[in-house]
Amino acid sequence: MDLSFIGTMFLRILGGLPLTLNLWGLSLLGGAILALGLNLLRTTRVGDKVASAYVFVFRGTPLLIQIFMIYFGLAGFGFIRHSVLWPFLREPYWCGLLALVLNDAAYTSEILRGGLRAVPRGAVEAGRVSGMSRFTILRRITLPLAIRQALPAYSSEVISMLKATALVSTITLMDMTGIARAAISETWRAVEILLSAAAIYLALSLIVTQLSVWIERRLSPWQFQRTNR
Amino acid sequence: MEDLALLGFGPDGWGKVLVQAGLMTLAVSVAAFVVGLALGTLIAWGRVSGGGMARALAHGYTAVMRGVPEILVIYLFYFGGRQVVTAVGTALGFPGPFDISGFMAGMLAIGLISGANQAEVLRGAWQAVPKGTIEAGRVVGMSRFTLFRRVIAPQALVTALPGLGNQWQSVIKESALVSVTGLVETMRQVSVAAGTTQEHFLFYAAGAAIYLAITTLSDQLFRLAERHSLRGHQQGGM
Amino acid sequence: MTITRSTFLRAGIAAAALLSAGPVLAEGKKLVFVTEGAFPPFNMTKPDGTLYGFEPDLLAEVAKRAGFDYELKAQAWDGMIQGVADGKFDGAVDAVTITAKRLEVVDFSAPYTTGGSTFAVAKDSGLTLPGTGTAVDLGDAAATEASVSAIAEALKGKTVGVQVSTIQSDFLNTYLAPRGVTIRTYPNGPDVYQDLMNGRLDAAMSSITNISAFLKKNKDTAEATGASFKGGIMGAGVGIVVQKGNKELADKMSAALKSMSDDGTLEALSMKWFEMNVTPKL
Repeated sequence: MDLSFIGTMFLRILGGLPLTLNLWGLSLLGGAILALGLNLLRTTRVGDKVASAYVFVFRGTPLLIQIFMIYFGLAGFGFIRHSVLWPFLREPYWCGLLALVLNDAAYTSEILRGGLRAVPRGAVEAGRVSGMSRFTILRRITLPLAIRQALPAYSSEVISMLKATALVSTITLMDMTGIARAAISETWRAVEILLSAAAIYLALSLIVTQLSVWIERRLSPWQFQRTNR
Repeated sequence: MEDLALLGFGPDGWGKVLVQAGLMTLAVSVAAFVVGLALGTLIAWGRVSGGGMARALAHGYTAVMRGVPEILVIYLFYFGGRQVVTAVGTALGFPGPFDISGFMAGMLAIGLISGANQAEVLRGAWQAVPKGTIEAGRVVGMSRFTLFRRVIAPQALVTALPGLGNQWQSVIKESALVSVTGLVETMRQVSVAAGTTQEHFLFYAAGAAIYLAITTLSDQLFRLAERHSLRGHQQGGM
Repeated sequence: MTITRSTFLRAGIAAAALLSAGPVLAEGKKLVFVTEGAFPPFNMTKPDGTLYGFEPDLLAEVAKRAGFDYELKAQAWDGMIQGVADGKFDGAVDAVTITAKRLEVVDFSAPYTTGGSTFAVAKDSGLTLPGTGTAVDLGDAAATEASVSAIAEALKGKTVGVQVSTIQSDFLNTYLAPRGVTIRTYPNGPDVYQDLMNGRLDAAMSSITNISAFLKKNKDTAEATGASFKGGIMGAGVGIVVQKGNKELADKMSAALKSMSDDGTLEALSMKWFEMNVTPKL
């Protein structure tokens, strides 16, 4: 292998890091907000049906098809091209981000639901007895406990989303994978380029793994004595 | 949307090729899942009962496969696979040339990724096997392999079924990425149809429906298998 | 860790290699050719998956005259030349222009079409580019500079779509990107036109032949505009791609193309699919 070529490619692919980080961060943020909304929706009977259908569709189909549906599918309708949404949907960036947010929300809402289920009824009752409002209970008791419970599953989801951002390269976005694909079709030296890109993604995901172990430990002070599994 | 005949089975309809593509999705998914199950069992074995070296290897493998985007792994197999296959084939003394098809690349790439995830599921299930049953097996003089086959595997598989079901669902969805190699599975076929007819929404919706049908039906199958595997078990609180 | 991982991978693949990759027969084997099946009218796909168009017809005739057995398969453009270079396929017929850069990794038959590249725009965009109807040879530095700067002026701040790693994308990146034109590259050819019609692109660039096929279907909504370019980095016509060093196959096919050019078959095929003669005299 040619080390100077790998070095050059490594730097070139790093040029896509800002876009990858941008899509990753914003899709997690948007997904988390939407996921919380979906769980609040589940408190009513109709809302529960809507949320279930949403999760069913977005978890039952590949992200790639969701991306194409939003990018090419929606643009096929004249009324969408003439609507106020078009300035956004015209841009590959917003289409990619929208697909990632919608997809992440479906998975995150299920993780959060699992966490919420694990909150002991007693804890909520204790809050009510001490005179907390519904919102305060949600903010001070339910969510912290649910989030702590959901953390291991959520850290996997965070890594999944990092990997998911790679798919926006199919709609012309030049994230790290997009740059790598373009470089392959220019130089026809696929293996070196792909390994360089893979190394960067791997480094990012290892950082997340370490971070989540650290956060889990910080949020579980009562488990100090038995951290060894 | 107006022209639903495009989805039909007539001369201008894409119905037949869409069905074929759906079957191809199923074929590549099943092949990848089986590769993943075999590999996952091996890794789980390494992590549960292997030595320090085997454990570190299994751990590193899982970390790599979980941290690299699936699409890069597929590309790597598709573009790089031939070089590796040729190197191995030549080393083993086979006359070349060698090649790796889109199906092979997809099956191996997704299988290797799924293997890492399935290993986690299987490891958890393995560790949940009651120690007493293993000791009982040992006492009656079973060999390590017999113990695995007759005592550990049957019990662990029951616990692992729901987790394996989730992995199967992931494999189906990841199989859509194999379309980048040109393999004509569902994703590739709907893209071609959408590009040819310029009916993007219609064909991507049809593609989504095919995936939903496969994921839903197989979810039902896994549930049936789960219920079947639990027959005779007395489980409290369920 | 990297060492252990690759060893591990290799062990896994060894098993697969034994199962999948048998030795290919040297005598009387079927040659595998690939095409995109989505580049009208050069190559297209019917709903049932059959490939048709100028190139499938051409290859059938070439194979008959050169006396080989072959199979034509659909393959994404992304990775096609890489696939031939790696020996995955014996050849590619996909309107691939012969360029110096590509000649570093693959070889070509004699060219079977000439003709340059130009731009397409949506009619309702009101955009027109200078030089419509004139042909510019990129070998002529002065003419190139004049024409390119005029087009760059008209496209400043606008977005031009093109299929990835084509001679047109080379042209755009070399001449227009440095002058403030945004270039967007697509993995698949048809997606470029789709986004042009959706209004995501201000212009699209492709070969004249490909653009005329697109215009035939969309003559009310789109039009060709601007000078056409050929020569220089845009190469010397379209040829059949073969693996580097496969002189035997390339020469056989070149001879067949020559005889087709001599007896008028090549021109007849061109008239059938392009409704004009785009083939060179060989």
